[in-house]
Amino acid sequence: MDRLNALSRRVPVNAVYLAGVLPFLWIVWLTLTNGLGPDPVKAIELRLGELGLQFLVAGLAITPLRWAGLNLIRFRRAVGLLAFFYVSMHLLAWVTLDMGLRWEQMAADLVKRWYIIIGMLAFATMIPLAVTSTNAAIRRLGPAAWNRLHRLVYVSALGGAIHYLMLVKAWPVEPLAYLAAVVVLLGLRLWRHGRRQVAQSA
Amino acid sequence: MNKAPLRWSDVTPRHLWLNRRAFIAGAGAAAVAGPAVAGLTYSPSAYSTSEEPNSLEEITSYNNFYEFGTGKEDPSRNAGALTTDPWSIVIDGLVDRPGSYDLADVLKDQPLEERIYRFRCVEAWSMIIPWIGFQLSGLLNRVGVQPGAKYVAFETLVRPEEMPGQQSPILDWPYREGLRLDEAMNPLTILATGLYGEVLPNQNGAPIRLVVPWKYGFKSIKSIVRISLVAEEPPTTWNMLQPSEYGFYANVNPTVDHPRWSQASERRIGAGLFGGRQDTLMFNGYEEEVASLYSGMDLAKFY
Ligand code: HEM
Repeated sequence: MDRLNALSRRVPVNAVYLAGVLPFLWIVWLTLTNGLGPDPVKAIELRLGELGLQFLVAGLAITPLRWAGLNLIRFRRAVGLLAFFYVSMHLLAWVTLDMGLRWEQMAADLVKRWYIIIGMLAFATMIPLAVTSTNAAIRRLGPAAWNRLHRLVYVSALGGAIHYLMLVKAWPVEPLAYLAAVVVLLGLRLWRHGRRQVAQSA
Repeated sequence: MNKAPLRWSDVTPRHLWLNRRAFIAGAGAAAVAGPAVAGLTYSPSAYSTSEEPNSLEEITSYNNFYEFGTGKEDPSRNAGALTTDPWSIVIDGLVDRPGSYDLADVLKDQPLEERIYRFRCVEAWSMIIPWIGFQLSGLLNRVGVQPGAKYVAFETLVRPEEMPGQQSPILDWPYREGLRLDEAMNPLTILATGLYGEVLPNQNGAPIRLVVPWKYGFKSIKSIVRISLVAEEPPTTWNMLQPSEYGFYANVNPTVDHPRWSQASERRIGAGLFGGRQDTLMFNGYEEEVASLYSGMDLAKFY
């Protein structure tokens, strides 16, 4: 574990940003080379959504990993911002490529379709997190308020996973696996929180 | 000659079975050259649309066929192992001549036509597909529909060894579909055995599938092994799974939304990155031919 921590200290944060945009560049490359199959629009939209969810889950894993002794907290902001980037691109793909700017139909979807409503809610909760991701914002809010605000990410991740589960037909394993991962990662927090309260009152 | 059991390919003209490799090699050529070099003998049909068909590549690599997996590319990857010869279809229920029919027998005397149809998936995408097939009514008339029959029920093959998707209970196998008898007898309703002038690729429902162009794609059941004439509305797979989302009728209808997908518009596969959407047509554009089947019915209730 110490070796891993020592190793991670030598990784610059910018390397994480760089690695994080590689999947995006890969999608761009596949798009330009007709590598996305007969329906590139859906492929782009789905890949971006899945990457957004993956970065959300990765971000949620950082705190429990620290309890286990692996400290990756330096990278958390990068992971969170990458999640926001992918979900934003996912939304942009929906608006432009998938819906083809049919505003009326989008407006109808936004009030009628639960998976869209929940996806939008998940996206909306990420906006204040992205906006307050700068050092200046952290200073302005103070660590306590900042931490409280950033618990919104629980809503984003749960929302994202439920959104995925709601939009598939039947019961394939991937969305269930993502939801399970989010529930476990949130459950770990609850469990630890509960133990600490017991410890305090004892 | 040894005494191997007779297969439908043995008694079927060569052009009806062409081995898979020849098919794949010839497909590209057929796609551009049209009927002149095609493997199947068929005539054109006045029911064909004049819209430009999707490419063979698109039609054969973007499929919903959960027997081979839930991904759109899974069927093209996994369907190769499916044995489609020998193949027989049980025709039973309220018919004069029930029995297990060899595929060659099913096809006998049914005139093949090319039907270039719009194909609209409930997921709000669409294609134009040049099917080769014959009218279901031709087969039903041949086996003799008894007066009590009101519906036709269909079943897909169950063979988990060759259909890996069936190894998990994603759907309640066998896949089941059904039509009202008048829908089944409508001249637009065909059993397809080919595509782009060649035998049907496995991922598209070989060796024989239903095509009902005014209904969402999931009604057009693939790799059929059973056709039953029945008195009551038969259970159908997606309706069993989620009755609030998938009705028995499943007519393409831009004014009746699916809870997940607006059905007002559709994305045409092959339209390109910025192809956008086009308006979905009532009964997928076949209103003239089929609207009378539903006169007086509340289509929002019988969705
Ligand atoms: C935190 C926010 C979100 C996350 C994590 C997320 C994640 C996902 C995931 C994982 C998928 C499925 C990918 C796959 O099948 O491989 C998906 C699909 C989709 N998402 Fe999102 N999404 C989010 C927000 C949104 C928003 C705001 C919208 C639009 C308003 C949206 C619209 C869609 C659509 C239309 C699909 C595809 C549905 C289909 O299969 O046709 N998502 N999303």
